[in-house]
Amino acid sequence: MIIVGEKINTSRKSIGEAVERRDAAFICRVAREQAEAGAAFIDVNAGTFVDREIDCLCWLVETVQSEVDLPLSLDSPNPAAISEAIKRHKGEPMINSISLETERLHALLPVVAYQPCSVVALCMAQTSMPTTVEERVEVGAELIKKLTDQGVPLERIYVDPLIQPVSVDPGMGIAALGAINRIMSEFPGVNTVCGLSNVSFGLPLRRLINRNFLALAMSYGLSAAILDPTDKQLMATALSVEMLLGRDEYCERFIDAYQAGLIVG
Amino acid sequence: MSQFKQLTEAVTKGDINKAVAETQGAIDAGSNVQSIIDDGLISAMDEVGERFSKGIIFVPQMLRSAKTMQECMKLLEPLLKEGEVTTKGKVLIGTVKGDLHDIGKNLVSMMMEGAGFTVTDLGVDVPPEKFVQKAQEIEPDIVGMSALLSTTMPAMPQTIEALRKSGIRDKVKVMIGGAPVTAKYAQEIKADSYAPDAGSAVAEAKKLLGTS
Repeated sequence: MIIVGEKINTSRKSIGEAVERRDAAFICRVAREQAEAGAAFIDVNAGTFVDREIDCLCWLVETVQSEVDLPLSLDSPNPAAISEAIKRHKGEPMINSISLETERLHALLPVVAYQPCSVVALCMAQTSMPTTVEERVEVGAELIKKLTDQGVPLERIYVDPLIQPVSVDPGMGIAALGAINRIMSEFPGVNTVCGLSNVSFGLPLRRLINRNFLALAMSYGLSAAILDPTDKQLMATALSVEMLLGRDEYCERFIDAYQAGLIVG
Repeated sequence: MSQFKQLTEAVTKGDINKAVAETQGAIDAGSNVQSIIDDGLISAMDEVGERFSKGIIFVPQMLRSAKTMQECMKLLEPLLKEGEVTTKGKVLIGTVKGDLHDIGKNLVSMMMEGAGFTVTDLGVDVPPEKFVQKAQEIEPDIVGMSALLSTTMPAMPQTIEALRKSGIRDKVKVMIGGAPVTAKYAQEIKADSYAPDAGSAVAEAKKLLGTS
């Protein structure tokens, strides 16, 4: 399971304030704790700064990479911000994200073709959000084609099936799960990724719902998730499900995480 | 008001069958149609919106109540004579240009209708010109804009500017909402109001029009 640590997002109050006062020590601490908790990528998002987003995102890239030796997930719907941030990034970043929305697609395709990187392919169509499994797979397939045509290898593509709340339509959970399943079987080698919190919008006990959704999504083939790796209950779910799916020889990672105090039941 | 207690309870619970039966019963008993709407349905939805804003009930329950009210309205609407319905106000709503998210906007639309407003929903990815054109056509009391992305938020001030240029900014109240939107942002772009959720959107709309 590939974990993308989601905590460095300026929509979180403490992160927004730290970026505002350019508190590098605070940001480094949050990056470090996510790395130690098992993140393979550290997500950076400065979207709330709107017209100062580019500056803030570039500062975050340099700050986080001064602390941890990990690739970052450059998280913005704004192609200009991603294009600038990528210049400051050491190694191969994850571009989060590209979609079929015309402007975003045309601005980002040359960027991902230009240098090695991983790409999150968000199943958002040109003019609408997909609702069914078929619509999601269709958009995902089109994005995979466009990306591989640009030379991005399948292994570096992370299709995000677009998670929508079950509170609004009870079919939305199974629609995302079905899409994960089909994308993983129709494009062997590709990754699927998602955030977990959208699914529980509008409901009580959201963290419990998110954990259970993660377990289900993994059983349908999900290979990566954007989450808070310092959430010990959530990580316990991820690691125990990996183990139960037979992907943890000698149950080593699960036991190691337990003995390191990284997970709780 | 208490004459519609059963109806109000059924709408609050989202019991469609019971609510429809109660509505039919009230019609058969010769109750005033507008009164069934105001004291039976809208008062129930007011309660629902308030409980939702307080976190006592949740989105599926709110949707169920709104659907229940819609079913009751199907019986009542044909009985209203042209021009007889007293709308609480006209609302023009849409998700701004470049943004395809509609869940929050739909919830607000539904609760506004539940509160007795007449809602015209322009859908998603609505450019400023379209807001202006429709506003000129239907002369709404409120223009509501939704954005779920920080990148599409700037379309809000652009739309406000477009309303100003066409001379109708002063004739409407502008409300905004969406995950990245804040009360502070509403002030910065000189919107008239911000609402964090569908329940508060209704309360804010009433406040703006002085009908609370």
